[in-house]
Parts: sequence; C-alpha cells; structure tokens
Amino acid sequence: MRYKSQKVAYWFFALSMLLLSLQIIYGFIMGFAHMGYDVLHTYIPFNTARAVHTNLLVVWLLSGFMGAAYYIIPEEAEHELVNIKLAYIQLISLALVGVVAIVGYHFNYWEGRKFLEIPRPLDWLVVVNVLTFLGLLLTTLFKGKKKTTTSMVLTMGLVFAALLYLPGMIWFDNQTMDSFFRWWVVHLWVEGVWELIMGGILAYLLIKITGVDREVIEKWLYVIVGLTFISGILGTGHHYYYIGTPKYWLIIGGIFSALEPLAFLGMALFALAMYRKGEKNHPNKLALSWTLGTAIVSFVGAGLLGLAHTVPQVNLYTHGTLVTAMHGHLAFWGAYGMIVLAIISYTMPNMTGRNLFNSVNGSMAFWLSNIGMLGMTVAFGVAGVAQVYMERIMGVDFGEVQKEIQVHFGILLICATMFTVGISLFIYEFIRYGRPNDEAIIIQ
Amino acid sequence: MLSKSQARTFFLGGTVLSFAVFIGLSWNTLSKEVPKNTHEENLSPQVISGKHLWEKNNCMGCHTILGEGAYYAPELTKVYERRGEGYIKAALMSKTPWSPRGRKMVAYGFTEQEANDLTAFLKWIGETDLNGFPAKPKYQTTINQSK
Ligand code: HEC
Ligand code: HEM
Ligand code: HEM
Ligand SMILES: [Fe+2]
Repeated sequence: MRYKSQKVAYWFFALSMLLLSLQIIYGFIMGFAHMGYDVLHTYIPFNTARAVHTNLLVVWLLSGFMGAAYYIIPEEAEHELVNIKLAYIQLISLALVGVVAIVGYHFNYWEGRKFLEIPRPLDWLVVVNVLTFLGLLLTTLFKGKKKTTTSMVLTMGLVFAALLYLPGMIWFDNQTMDSFFRWWVVHLWVEGVWELIMGGILAYLLIKITGVDREVIEKWLYVIVGLTFISGILGTGHHYYYIGTPKYWLIIGGIFSALEPLAFLGMALFALAMYRKGEKNHPNKLALSWTLGTAIVSFVGAGLLGLAHTVPQVNLYTHGTLVTAMHGHLAFWGAYGMIVLAIISYTMPNMTGRNLFNSVNGSMAFWLSNIGMLGMTVAFGVAGVAQVYMERIMGVDFGEVQKEIQVHFGILLICATMFTVGISLFIYEFIRYGRPNDEAIIIQ
Repeated sequence: MLSKSQARTFFLGGTVLSFAVFIGLSWNTLSKEVPKNTHEENLSPQVISGKHLWEKNNCMGCHTILGEGAYYAPELTKVYERRGEGYIKAALMSKTPWSPRGRKMVAYGFTEQEANDLTAFLKWIGETDLNGFPAKPKYQTTINQSK
C-alpha cells in the first residue's frame, strides 16, 4: 500500500463480507422451501427470501467493486483520494440504503421486477450514492499524475454501470416493454460493463502478481473488453426471443450471444498466459489462486453454461426454469464473486502489513467454496434438466414435477454447506488480518 | 503483431458500431413491433391496474411471467388459458395459503375487484405473440394430467 486513503477499501470489503453472509442465510431458506420445508412462510415468504438473496448479492459485489476501485485508483493515478471523509459517508449511506431496502422486502415494500426490487424512492438514494462515489474517483483520476489503461477501463465500467441503472427506473404499462428495459440493466451489466470492471481488476492483479509488462497486459485487456461489447451488446437479444419482441432477435441474439463466451475464454487464456510468462515470484499464492480461479470459473459458469441454453431452440424449453438458476450461480460466483475475493486476498496483507497468506485456512477456503459451488451447480442442473423434460416435453403439471425433483435440493443443501464452510474460513481469515494501518505504507 | 493503439481502436470502434445497431433495432422493436405483438390497444385501465398489483406484491418473486422471474411456482403467461377465470380468482381471493399441490402461495385474500384486475392482466398477457413460447409438450396426450 502506498497511499493512506487506500485504507478506505478495507471497510467496503468488510461490508461486502457481512452482506455475503446474510445472502447465504437467505439462500438456505429458499433451498429448504424447494425441498418442501417452507417453515418460515408466514414471516419470510419465498419472494421475500429471493429478493433479499439476489439484492444482497448485487450489493456485496458492488461494495467489493467500490473497495477495489478505492484501492486501485489512488495507486494507479499516483494521487491520494481527494476526500476521504466523503468516501466514508458514501460507505455508510450505501449500507443504510441496503438495510432499508432489505427490511422493506419483509413488509411488502418493493417492486415486482426481478433484480430491480428496490422501490423507486430508494433508487434515487442509490443514484446520489453512486454519483458521490464516481465523483470521488473521477476527480482523483483527473488530479492524478497518470491515467493508465487499467484505471480507465475500471472507471469506464463503473460509470457505464451507473448510467445503465437509469432505464430500469422508468415505469411502463406494458409488461413486454418493462422486461425489455429490465434487461438493459441486468444483461448489459453482467454481460457488458461489469466485465470491464472485472477485466480492470484482473489486469491490475496480473500486473502486480506476475510482473509482466504493463503494456502487454493492457493491450490484451483492450482486446478482451472489445470482444465483450461486440458480442454482449447485440447478445442482449438472447433475452428477446420469447417476450413479445419480433423474430429477428432470434437470429441476432442467437449469433451474438453465442460469441459472448469468447470474451470469457479470452480472460482465461490471458490470465494463464500472463502467469506462465511472468518471472516475478510473488509470495501471495492465495491471491494468485483466486485470480486464476476467477478467470477459469467465469469461463465455465458464464461462457460454457451460458452457451448451453443460449441457442433459441434450446432456450424455448429451458427459458425460466432451474436450468437458468444453475447458470446464474456459477456465472455470478466465477466472474464476480471470485474477483472480489481475489482483490481482497491480494490487498489485505498490503493494507494491514501482516502476511497471513500461507495459512491452511486460506487454501481450504478457496477449495471448499469452489467445490461446494460446483456441486450446487450440478444439483441445480440435474433438477433443471429433469424439470425441462417432465414439464416442458412430457407435459406433466408444474406442481407434480416439483415434487419429483425435491431430492436434488437435498444434494444442493449439502454442497451449499460445504460452500458455506469455505466462505466462513475466508471471513475468519479476513478478521484475523485485523485493521489496516499506516505502518503498512511502503514508499517505493 | 497487434499494437496497443490498434487494440484500442478495435475496442472503441466495435463498441460504437454495436451500440448504434442495437439502438436502431431497439427503436424498431419498441415503436412498431411490440405494440402489435402485445395488442397494446387492449391495455385497458383494468389491465394496467392489474399490473400495478402484480408489481406491488412481487408475484415475480415466486412465479415466472414471459419466462422471467422465480422458479418456485407455475409459469403464469398462459394461466388464463390453462385454468380459466374461476380458478385464478379462487387462488387470488383465498384467505389461507393457496396450495392444492402442496407448495404455498401467499394468502393475499384480494377483493373481488382486485382479483378481476389481476385476472384481466393475466388474460391480456396470455394473448401476446411470444414466437411459440411456451412450447407445446410433445407427449401431453399420453399422460394423465392432474388438474
Ligand atoms: C410465496 C410464493 C408466491 C407468491 C408471492 C405468489 N404466488 Fe401464486 N402460487 C404460488 C404457488 C406455490 C402456486 C401453486 C399452488 C399449487 O398449485 O399447489 C401458485 C399458484 C398461482 C396461480 C394458479 C396457477 C396454476 O397454474 O395453478 C395463480 C393464478 C397465481 N398463483 C397468481 C399469483 C399472483 C397474481 C401473485 C401476486 C399477487 C402470486 N401468485 C404470488 C406461490 C406464490
Ligand atoms: C458473468 C456473466 C454472466 C452472469 C453473471 C449471468 C447471469 C445470469 C442470470 C442471473 C440470469 C437470469 C436472469 C433473469 O432471468 O433475470 C441469466 C440468464 C441467461 N444467461 Fe447469463 N450470465 C452471464 C453470462 C452469460 C453468457 C456469456 C451467456 C451466453 C453465452 C449467457 C446466457 C444466458 C441466457 C440465454 C439466459 C436466459 C435464461 C432464460 O431464458 O431463462 N449468460 N444469466
Ligand atoms: C450457499 C447457499 C446458497 C443457496 C442454498 C442458494 C439457493 C438459491 C435458490 C434456491 C435460489 C432461487 C431459485 C428459484 O427462483 O427458485 C437462488 C437464486 C439465486 N442465487 Fe443463490 N444460493 C446460494 C448462494 C448463492 C451465491 C453465493 C450466489 C452468487 C455468487 C447466488 C446467486 C444467486 C442468483 C444470481 C440467483 C437468481 C437466479 C436466477 O434468477 O436465475 N446464490 N439461490
Ligand atoms: Fe444475458
């Protein structure tokens, strides 16, 4: 760590870990409900648990991205963050908006739009919060000595993510139009601008860990984010097959979304190639595992499992089934969950001055969480394929099918327990590092 | 070999071009095609008030509609055709959790008026042209359906 203000990142990471823990609890509530044990129905009906689960996911990831940006930007720009106090205010208000939204979901205060359940009055607070965050970042970059490609790609991802939130705030009487613009947020986030954020953080980590020349890494970063947008923007069409939109999206969405895995393949090959090429033997092997891990698992979860149901003829049957949940879990985990845990693993020793990265706990956290999540993906997948065959091909009634596939949720919960043990170890290590401090500052 | 500035041109050029095509197609979709496919002329005040109830109660947190939402409860796009008005209103007006097949819905206990509005919304959405979704099951006739 070179700048005092980088310490702000720690608190964003801490918030992120807290919300991740809560997210998992609500995941278990839903897993049990799917198994037939909907015991909390009166207090936490399924739709409450789901909104809380997915919104906490988005907020812990955003908090992780913000922490990453607060750590990376001062270092890349070679300038202290312009206003540390404002950054803390932004942190607290982010936490408050999150808490109010989550509590509201328990009292029927929300909007019935998947992933965008935050009621519109609160949306405006989100807007103010994100504007503060972006203002801080941009002025720091502007005043800084350097504007590196890595910091520009990361910032661009964050700015576009904020802009794309806006179309999701408009009301439409027509459900199809509502859905059309919901995807401008949901799809263009995860298969567009968030990939810039991921690419930016990945490039930063690779520069630091492998020691490969910045120019080489940043050149490939451009190629990857180029592939992302060329495939991902028109790839939005894979959500416009069957919602009341015209037929040409079947062709356009089909072709371009089938190209989307290339960007993730690029990310995986890029990380592996730079790792091979690098001469630097960085001691933080744990950060290296998470960094290579995110590149590989995102290719499997987003790239391959996305490809599996993006062909229109397949999607006609799998659309809106547990097959989608299978893909959603591994994609979110591999691409965005793991990149946040990678940047945390890399920065914690630098912020606290303690080198705990050789611990057994750390590598157990990595393997248990990944194997657990892979098992959950398989369980969702088996349940999903069985659902598609029975309900959509054989024509068995939805409710009867769900009874047949309950058993797979037992397996899901076993794997989820393993995942949870992994995450608990990660958080235990996070706490063991203690607080960031100024003694950890290294003048280079 | 590719230089860094060529790589940047690839990124910027590709992005601008894709975005322009995307906006063009979206414009055509929203201004011409969607109103036709969804029979926008049938969007009566009753249907719209049904949609408000749909949003306010986050029905999408258990059900899918147009194939989007949660995977806990039946897909509702064609429910009007599948179950008919009486059945739907019974589910919506029930004062105890509706659960003929075991899994519980929230006991909304809607008034007659509200149930009519939601039913009108579900009827309207069932008439949308969805390019063949949901697909007709292949073997339906050979299986006993539990209605
Ligand atoms: C907590 C989850 C949950 C919520 C929230 C929910 N439902 Fe349901 N709903 C169910 C379940 C489960 C069933 C199936 C019950 C059965 O058949 O045993 C169902 C059945 C139905 C049915 C009959 C479908 C069929 O094919 O049999 C309709 C219509 C319906 N719901 C409409 C709604 C509407 C409208 C809302 C919002 C106001 C809503 N539901 C909210 C869980 C939910
Ligand atoms: C990290 C990147 C990705 C993440 C986090 C992600 C996540 C998700 C999520 C959460 C959904 C459900 C969305 C909803 O219904 O609201 C979804 C749907 C979908 N995704 Fe992805 N995805 C990613 C990348 C991809 C890629 C690269 C492809 C294609 C190659 C793809 C193909 C699909 C398809 C076809 C659907 C629609 C499923 C349906 O019809 O129900 N995804 N994705
Ligand atoms: C560890 C315990 C977890 C369990 C038991 C669990 C279980 C579930 C269940 C049952 C659903 C609802 C599916 C439905 O609508 O019926 C769901 C949704 C979802 N979960 Fe999890 N989950 C867990 C952790 C996670 C993690 C760590 C992530 C992200 C990295 C995640 C991401 C998601 C997403 C994106 C959805 C929405 C999927 C979609 O709409 O297609 N979950 N989860
Ligand atoms: Fe998508």
